[in-house]
Amino acid sequence: MSASRTFRVLPGFHLTLGCTLAYLSLIVLLPLAAVFLKSASLSAAEFWNVISAPRVVATYRLSFGVSLAAATINAVFGLMLAWSLVRYSFPGKRFIDALIDLPFALPTAVAGIALTALYAKNGWIGQYLDPLGIQVAFKPLGVLVALVFIGLPFVVRTVQPILEDLDTELEEAAASLGAQRWQIFRHVILPVLLPALLTGFALAFARAVGEYGSVIFIAGNIPMVSEITPLMIITKLEQYDYAGATAIAVVMLVLSFLLLLLINGLQAWTAKRTGRDR
Amino acid sequence: MSAATTLNWTAAPRGDAAIRFESREATREVPWVKWTILGISLTFFAVFLLMPLVAVFVEALRKGWETYWSALIHEDALWAIKLTLTAAAISVPLNLVFGVSAAWAIAKFEFRGKHLLITLIDLPFSVSPVIAGLIYVLIFGAQGWLGPWLAEYDIKIIFAVPGIVLATVFVTFPFVARELIPLMQAQGREEEEAAIVLGANGWQTFWYVTLPNIKWGLLYGVILCNARAMGEFGAVSVVSGHIRGQTNTLPLHVEILYNEYQFAAAFAVASLLALLALVTLAVKTWVEHRASGGNQSREAHQDAAS
Repeated sequence: MSASRTFRVLPGFHLTLGCTLAYLSLIVLLPLAAVFLKSASLSAAEFWNVISAPRVVATYRLSFGVSLAAATINAVFGLMLAWSLVRYSFPGKRFIDALIDLPFALPTAVAGIALTALYAKNGWIGQYLDPLGIQVAFKPLGVLVALVFIGLPFVVRTVQPILEDLDTELEEAAASLGAQRWQIFRHVILPVLLPALLTGFALAFARAVGEYGSVIFIAGNIPMVSEITPLMIITKLEQYDYAGATAIAVVMLVLSFLLLLLINGLQAWTAKRTGRDR
Repeated sequence: MSAATTLNWTAAPRGDAAIRFESREATREVPWVKWTILGISLTFFAVFLLMPLVAVFVEALRKGWETYWSALIHEDALWAIKLTLTAAAISVPLNLVFGVSAAWAIAKFEFRGKHLLITLIDLPFSVSPVIAGLIYVLIFGAQGWLGPWLAEYDIKIIFAVPGIVLATVFVTFPFVARELIPLMQAQGREEEEAAIVLGANGWQTFWYVTLPNIKWGLLYGVILCNARAMGEFGAVSVVSGHIRGQTNTLPLHVEILYNEYQFAAAFAVASLLALLALVTLAVKTWVEHRASGGNQSREAHQDAAS
């Protein structure tokens, strides 16, 4: 390995790296830099006024709060689903395994209208919830449902491979030493799964915070009640308030970068804990 | 190694490995625990994943096949289909070439800043699609930096097809690269080096040695890239301007119909996209099956990787 560092046998290093950097800069880096430069056209006080306006703060509260809740629900049920898919045999398993990725493949707008059809007052599920006094559509609860939908595969797909690679010997050793099944899960399995579970949680959270298409239909977008932060950016753009839209975008971008760092750290931890490099 | 590869799509299990766990006393749950976990997770699956999918098709056909069909062959719908296909036909090949090029540079060579580069390639996945649209409005929009210059030469990018393509390229940017980078890293460079030493040129080496090794991963990345390209909503919505019969992609057409309370028509168009999603998942499952060829080769693959 170290030999090729000094003398490269394979051709095309400068060509491919050059193309990669040029394309990356043109499509991603320069346009993203534009956001930060544009926001510099606002004074610090103006910037602060935009990002701390009550209506905008309400969107942060909703976006972050509901995203956290959705990621938590996904972590719990995603772990159960991954566990079922890895540990149990049951009919239709391959079908279910393939369909787990549906939220990745289904366009968000389609997910949005389908969920609204289910949870509207007269919808498939909504008609049974309404008499109980539970309203989902056009409430924060509707946002939660949409975010649970889009985040689920992240948890299942990060936990599943780790569960599959688990050696049966560890559990057998623990059982032969007299551990109960729950103790084995708690003290043997969970510590190995934890980094992956947290990674899946963080990925689901990161996706949920930025999600737009699946949420806007079911949310109803009532100011101060069910408006998410990405929608706020669109609203500002429609009012030709470019600087205002940019200021909110900067807040979201900074958060995305922090989350990306956190996820990278978590994945490094997963790799260290399990000896896997993917 | 590839800590920045934030999501591992290829992780789905092949074959039924559950027997390994169910055949042993120590790794087995008592029946009531097993059935409770299975019951809860399958109910969750049915409510959150299966029902929305079924709802799309049922709602689409609620008013009969005739309404369904007329929604699909409506002029605006046909235009939306054409525009969606155009945007995908431009953005997928672009990202394919970029993905192969990035994976070659990253997997076959050592250089400083490699880790940072991998993270930057993943960046579009962590950016809200709305922001992906916004960045191009800031540059090419009427009030944007290049706006006045573009207006002078009468070039339209925002609220026109080029803007839609740009936004689509941005959101589908990492798909092929992130699929190929770990795959090519795991395969190492011995085979390519042997080909070069035996006198093949760079292009021949890529075409006859590398490509056969990465073809499934490549196909996989392209399928996912295509699904996202055709289905993107948020980013495209910001740059499109929603001009019917001009800048309306399929997902945007769904939104317009829905907001006009033409629910059956909206779901009819949505069912096309849902079919696309199902085809994507089917092909993806098939490719995974082909690529892994059962658990044995997968484990061998992992040994080689470590």
